[in-house]
Amino acid sequence: MHPVIKTVLGRLAMGVLTLFAVSLIIFSSMELLPGDFGQAILGQAALPETVAAFRRELGLDQPAIVRYWQWVTAVLQGDLGTSFSGRNASGVDRSREVVDLVLPRLRNTLFLASIAALIAVPLSLLLGVTTALYRNTFYDRSVNMATLTTISFPEFFVAYLLILFFASLYPIFPSLANVDSDTLFGERLYRAALPALTLTLVIVAHMMRMTRAAIINLLASPYIQMARLSGASSAEVILKHALPNAWAPIATVIAFNLAYLVVGVVVVEVVFVYPGIGQLMVDAVAMRDIPVVQGCALIFAVTYILLNLLADIIGIITNPRLLHPR
Amino acid sequence: MSNKKTTKNQSLLEIKDLKIEGFSDEFWHPIIKGINVKLQRGEVMGLIGESGAGKSTLGLAAMGYTQPGCRITGGSISFDGQELIGMPEHKKRKLWGTRITYVAQSAAASFNPAHRLINQATAAKIRAKISDEKSAKEDARELFKTLQLPEHNTIGDRYPHQVSGGQLQRVMTAMAMSPRPDLIIFDEPTTALDVTTQVEVLAAMKDIVKEFNTAAIYITHDLAVVAQMADFIKVLRYGEEVEQANTRIMLDTPEKEYTKSLWSVRSINKKEEKSDDIVLSLKNIDASYGGGIKVLDDVSINVSRGKTLAVVGESGSGKSTAARVITGLLPQQNGQILFNNIELPKTLRGRSKDQKRQIQMIYQMADTAMNPKQTVGEIIGRPLEFYLNLNANEKEKRTIELLELIELDETFIDRLPSELSGGQKQRICIARAIAADPEVIICDEVTSALDQIVQEGILKLLMKLQKELGITYIFITHDISTVKAISDEVVVMFQGKVVEQGLKSQIFSPPHPKYTELLLSSVPEMDPDWLSNLISSRN
Repeated sequence: MHPVIKTVLGRLAMGVLTLFAVSLIIFSSMELLPGDFGQAILGQAALPETVAAFRRELGLDQPAIVRYWQWVTAVLQGDLGTSFSGRNASGVDRSREVVDLVLPRLRNTLFLASIAALIAVPLSLLLGVTTALYRNTFYDRSVNMATLTTISFPEFFVAYLLILFFASLYPIFPSLANVDSDTLFGERLYRAALPALTLTLVIVAHMMRMTRAAIINLLASPYIQMARLSGASSAEVILKHALPNAWAPIATVIAFNLAYLVVGVVVVEVVFVYPGIGQLMVDAVAMRDIPVVQGCALIFAVTYILLNLLADIIGIITNPRLLHPR
Repeated sequence: MSNKKTTKNQSLLEIKDLKIEGFSDEFWHPIIKGINVKLQRGEVMGLIGESGAGKSTLGLAAMGYTQPGCRITGGSISFDGQELIGMPEHKKRKLWGTRITYVAQSAAASFNPAHRLINQATAAKIRAKISDEKSAKEDARELFKTLQLPEHNTIGDRYPHQVSGGQLQRVMTAMAMSPRPDLIIFDEPTTALDVTTQVEVLAAMKDIVKEFNTAAIYITHDLAVVAQMADFIKVLRYGEEVEQANTRIMLDTPEKEYTKSLWSVRSINKKEEKSDDIVLSLKNIDASYGGGIKVLDDVSINVSRGKTLAVVGESGSGKSTAARVITGLLPQQNGQILFNNIELPKTLRGRSKDQKRQIQMIYQMADTAMNPKQTVGEIIGRPLEFYLNLNANEKEKRTIELLELIELDETFIDRLPSELSGGQKQRICIARAIAADPEVIICDEVTSALDQIVQEGILKLLMKLQKELGITYIFITHDISTVKAISDEVVVMFQGKVVEQGLKSQIFSPPHPKYTELLLSSVPEMDPDWLSNLISSRN
């Protein structure tokens, strides 16, 4: 077997192990949450017997290890459990499957993340390469300054500024990004424009500066001087000699920011009232809706692990020492 | 693409009163202080001097290139009638890689790890449209063959890490040769190679330069090497010319004191002493990294007390691994190590503090062997405290004594490694090793990174300390002249095995085992005909 495939399979196995560890952590931190769901729903006045009965119904009276086992086995079969909310003291059960709650939200989040990524990644690569090429020039300094500015402001501030300019003063885009499953693609794109722009502004700086640094870091290498002394132009030196050796660190930072687009955008979602998974999770935490919180946390973990795995693989296949062993 | 505009009486390269400055410590310091060079077509100039003499700066300046942080402040550089100073970058790029090419010191670092060798070797030629890709590659394969590279038809399809250092250096020579340039700058092209490999590379370079009648500047710190390559030699020191002469004249009758001192290490010659008092003994040692190929294979070595044992071999011979096994850093798989007839535990963890104290090490790179944030006092004080439990007062007193011993005064105690010269750093490392009051010191290539004159000082110091303190040295080196200078006994290693062990006089007098013969005959001598004679005798 080719060593690269071997390494990749090894990383994949590590990813599965990590996911298992994460599931343990998610579950036990739920256990550590203060308060009790039964008490919270039924109110302070509820009789202890009522609360106990309610807990029994949800299976909360069983030992943690049993509940963990039930949860994990169910998840492996694609069942994230049933949401706690929708139940109430009246005894009418209007609760929904967690999967049904999460999936549409996840789709929205992924849609927004993809748009932001499609703009931000090529843009930061372009800016990173060009600032490395024209380093220490006016262009380099302006780009650095601009991206630093956008990353220095809190996301909600950037969001409100964009609303002020592009929704209020010059009403080009809507300030609310409320979409639902019936919204058409074009309309969806239009409504998600401002949140996507906000996210782009927030993540470009990190990726662009890392690209620039990774390339400049290599410019001191003897093989770069050799390329110069062989008559290569600055553009050729950067694109052909530095960039191919810089993919690993660049991929890592891109993966990090893409993961952020999925798991860290709750503030932006709130500002634009965008129905993403982040809001869902925050609401679920407030309601102590444990199955939903666990489901969301697990999805976030999978996102992180997959993206980092991808970055690792890119690092491996762009390293000739690993790709072409002796 | 050789442009034959040059008239007969015009030099190919003419540098006049060149001045270059470098920026450091917030000031511009002169690096080249007014140097003149005249080079005709087909001529090879040897450029020799110690580190910091400005050889590489001058070599690069001949291409009209200055490293970042350097600037040309005066003079002129005229290549084939064109002034390079002030020539716009895009015009200079038309010369680089085609009419002037460069062979760097470390081919391993100078090839881009991401591209196949043949693509790198032909890039400049194709870019300049001297020939199309197909014929450029065919020509490169022919050059690989001329340079006696193995599998010359396919070696170019490999990546740099798949090829050995000596082969890479030859590929780089082929790359420099491929556009048939008018001038090649060789910047210490064989310094990183083993002697047996160096011979082949030197021969290949010499032949090809002659074959295509290419002019060259050959930069090195090794006079014996330059003697093989150059028509005339220029000696540099502190950015100034010391002297210049025809190679044979320079070797026979160097005029300046400085030039004579350049090969002074070769003048040390310790008288060998025999001893049967064995302090350390390796018996049938096998060792490997991670259970793979045996790096040491049935190695047995005896070390006499108070004497110097030189372990000599090329890279991959297992000499440094032997040091790691002796110190316990790498536990052996089989065999035992006896220290004063008591078996040493295999691992460092298993050894007592006193057993650790008895065997100390000095490393090749004094720079990286010291914590840059610690003062000399702290560096030397650490073994005094750890092994000998000295208190602060005793420690300072002893540190000053040790500084005296290594011929540095007590003001050094508060200095940081960054405030020391290369030779001083190595002296501090020696003091640190002696501080533990060991019986045996392992010196791993301790002079390889130093200039000749500094080397001489360090070797003399080590010999003095041995005489005064009775220390035993295991001196690991690849440099035969160092072995000749300081050893009592010699062990020759090759591919993890001991080829022979014996007194210096026995090892260096014939008959030799086959490998020793190859090794000894590959050491360049101060004779311009040495290489040609050697090559013809080997064929």
